[in-house]
Amino acid sequence: MKALRLAVACAVGGLALAATMTTPTRAQQPAPAAGNAPTMDAIRARGTLICGVTTGLAGFAQPDSQGVWRGFDVDYCRAVAVALFNDANRVRYVPTTAQARFTALQSGEVDMLARNTTWTLSRDTSLGFDFTGINFYDGQGFMVKASTGVRTARELEGATICVQPGTTTEQNLTDWARANRIRFTPVVIERLEEVVQAYVAGRCDAYTTDVSGLAATRSAQPNPREHTILPDVISKEPLGPLVRHGDQRFADLLRWIHFGLLGAEELGITSANVQQRMTDANPEVQRMLGRSGDLGRMLGVDNAWMANIIRTVGNYGEIFARNLEPIGIQRGPNALWTQGGLQYSPPFR
Amino acid sequence: MSDITLDAAARAPEAAPRSAPITAIGPIAWARQNLFGSWWSTAVTLVLAYLIVRWTIGFVEWAFLNAIWEVPVVNGQAQTQACREIKGVGACWAVITEKHRFILFGTYPFEQHWRPALVCLLFVGLYVVSAMRRFWTWHLVPIWAVTLTVIGVLMWGGVFGLPYVPQERWGGLPITLILSTFGLAMAFPLAILVALGRRSKLPAIKMLCVLYVELIRGVPLISLLFMASVMFPLFLPEGMNIDKLLRAQIAITLFAGAYLAEVVRAGLQALPRGQYEAADAIGLSYWQKTGLIILPQALRLVIPPLVNTFIGFFKDTSLVLIIGIFDLLTAGKTAIVEPAWQGFGIEVYVTIGVIYFVFCFAMSKYSQDLERDLNRHRRR
Repeated sequence: MKALRLAVACAVGGLALAATMTTPTRAQQPAPAAGNAPTMDAIRARGTLICGVTTGLAGFAQPDSQGVWRGFDVDYCRAVAVALFNDANRVRYVPTTAQARFTALQSGEVDMLARNTTWTLSRDTSLGFDFTGINFYDGQGFMVKASTGVRTARELEGATICVQPGTTTEQNLTDWARANRIRFTPVVIERLEEVVQAYVAGRCDAYTTDVSGLAATRSAQPNPREHTILPDVISKEPLGPLVRHGDQRFADLLRWIHFGLLGAEELGITSANVQQRMTDANPEVQRMLGRSGDLGRMLGVDNAWMANIIRTVGNYGEIFARNLEPIGIQRGPNALWTQGGLQYSPPFR
Repeated sequence: MSDITLDAAARAPEAAPRSAPITAIGPIAWARQNLFGSWWSTAVTLVLAYLIVRWTIGFVEWAFLNAIWEVPVVNGQAQTQACREIKGVGACWAVITEKHRFILFGTYPFEQHWRPALVCLLFVGLYVVSAMRRFWTWHLVPIWAVTLTVIGVLMWGGVFGLPYVPQERWGGLPITLILSTFGLAMAFPLAILVALGRRSKLPAIKMLCVLYVELIRGVPLISLLFMASVMFPLFLPEGMNIDKLLRAQIAITLFAGAYLAEVVRAGLQALPRGQYEAADAIGLSYWQKTGLIILPQALRLVIPPLVNTFIGFFKDTSLVLIIGIFDLLTAGKTAIVEPAWQGFGIEVYVTIGVIYFVFCFAMSKYSQDLERDLNRHRRR
């Protein structure tokens, strides 16, 4: 009898506790935990997201002939705007240079950066940022003329290598050469156009930069087949969006938008079939598209957030195919984990 | 002179007046004297003529005869193979055909491009009106105020049914014109004050002006722009943001002010002491003396270096590219980021160069005329 009473009390207490825990979330719609999410509140009050992008990088962010920003990073900004406002056009793009990007984020000039930024320990900690995921695995590689017959980077002994100064590229090259006891002559040229010209004209045997950049350069050549990108990748450049410390909810939202885009690809939900998949029996699809569960509300947005994003922007594979494949970048390490890549989403539940 | 004429007339009174032989005056004589005077200058002339003709032919072939003016666009992707196949023997003006609106107006909303276009015309109109001496009265002040207000309304919008356009979307030629016009319009009065201040007998004012000029002149414009864009926002309280364009504008104004101040000071120092003393002698106050006697003469003296500085600053505004503002040059560079158009930089740079040249050459030509008119009395 005593045991039963105790059990009932526990159950009632547990229910009450559960009720108090869920009630506030429901009561404070549509912006739960107000005051706890300064960035998100500011964006909502303003009615537009301010997104820091590059000043122009093929495939990632660049204005087209009509001045409309397009690219891989830009699509992430649009996805966040869709999650918050269900309107991909409510974004203001602020072009930021490599030097000014962190200040722009720290000072609140932009809400988030989707700007080809490598995730490093110091940026995550001492600069006061939160990286919300790796949406593109990049790394430094080499491109050589196919006619040279070079197959791996180790065969570059004694080669002249074209490199741009200032970024980590030059440092990585030197470190790699020292570690592998390879002698080379660097040809350091500041401007991208000129360094490519020097490589094409044969002033150097190889050209080194991030693999995505190599692929873009290669595809812009009159005959891309004349150039080979070597399989060796000598540095890790995990790129991803980042936000300021101090708004965990906004960081969570960005993190789960990225995972949602990956999950959608994994589950085969595309912008074309999202409408039909709304009635899909798969519970995870139902939860992701907001048909069941409360995943959107937990993040502080509408439950249909992911459905809206996929409808407007597409899933990860679509974003990649639209922006990066035309400039010759293959999925490579950015394939889903199910296809031998590194892109992996935690479960939606 | 007259005795020679008399002499000649006395010897051959019956001769009708004839023009001088073609070997003595006219273009042939000029060419003989200046281009083929000796075997050395003949050789130089021939070599240069050969090179000029060759380069001209080469340029005409590249720019006009072999040029491609348009390429097909399929699904928003420009098909630039035709341009790549000619391998540089002809210009690919298709890049301009495709991108000219982006280069001129940046990321400004496409369907609203008439607004920045009108702004550019208004700026040119403003320059022309300000250049005409007929308008050199107090009328110029309201003209500038009204035009600049209209320009602001057109660019921002948000009133009279014009959609609001935030500053980050402005770009291209309007940015260049805004930065240089506002910059110089504000820097010039500042420069005059600083130049006067530097010659002041009040030690505090003098110190302040010297400090300002030397500090600003001591650092490159790039570092000032960096300060404005990277360091300055960190000193502001949380949540307060001063527009990026405004910060760049202030940096450029301060920089131009310091250089112009030194130019103006040179003019002040060039005036003979007598002018100052005479003005004092007829009992003018400091401001009357400065405004009526000193400045009109001093500024007239320094027209060439002033215009030099103006032209320099018009071009220096392109440095805002390092803080991510899309002025004319940056917009042009961004236009060729797209892989399809990579490698057609020369065409874009030539076009932008022509635009810059038109503005700078107009300034320089106008200043020459102005200088001739204003300094007629001291022609030697």
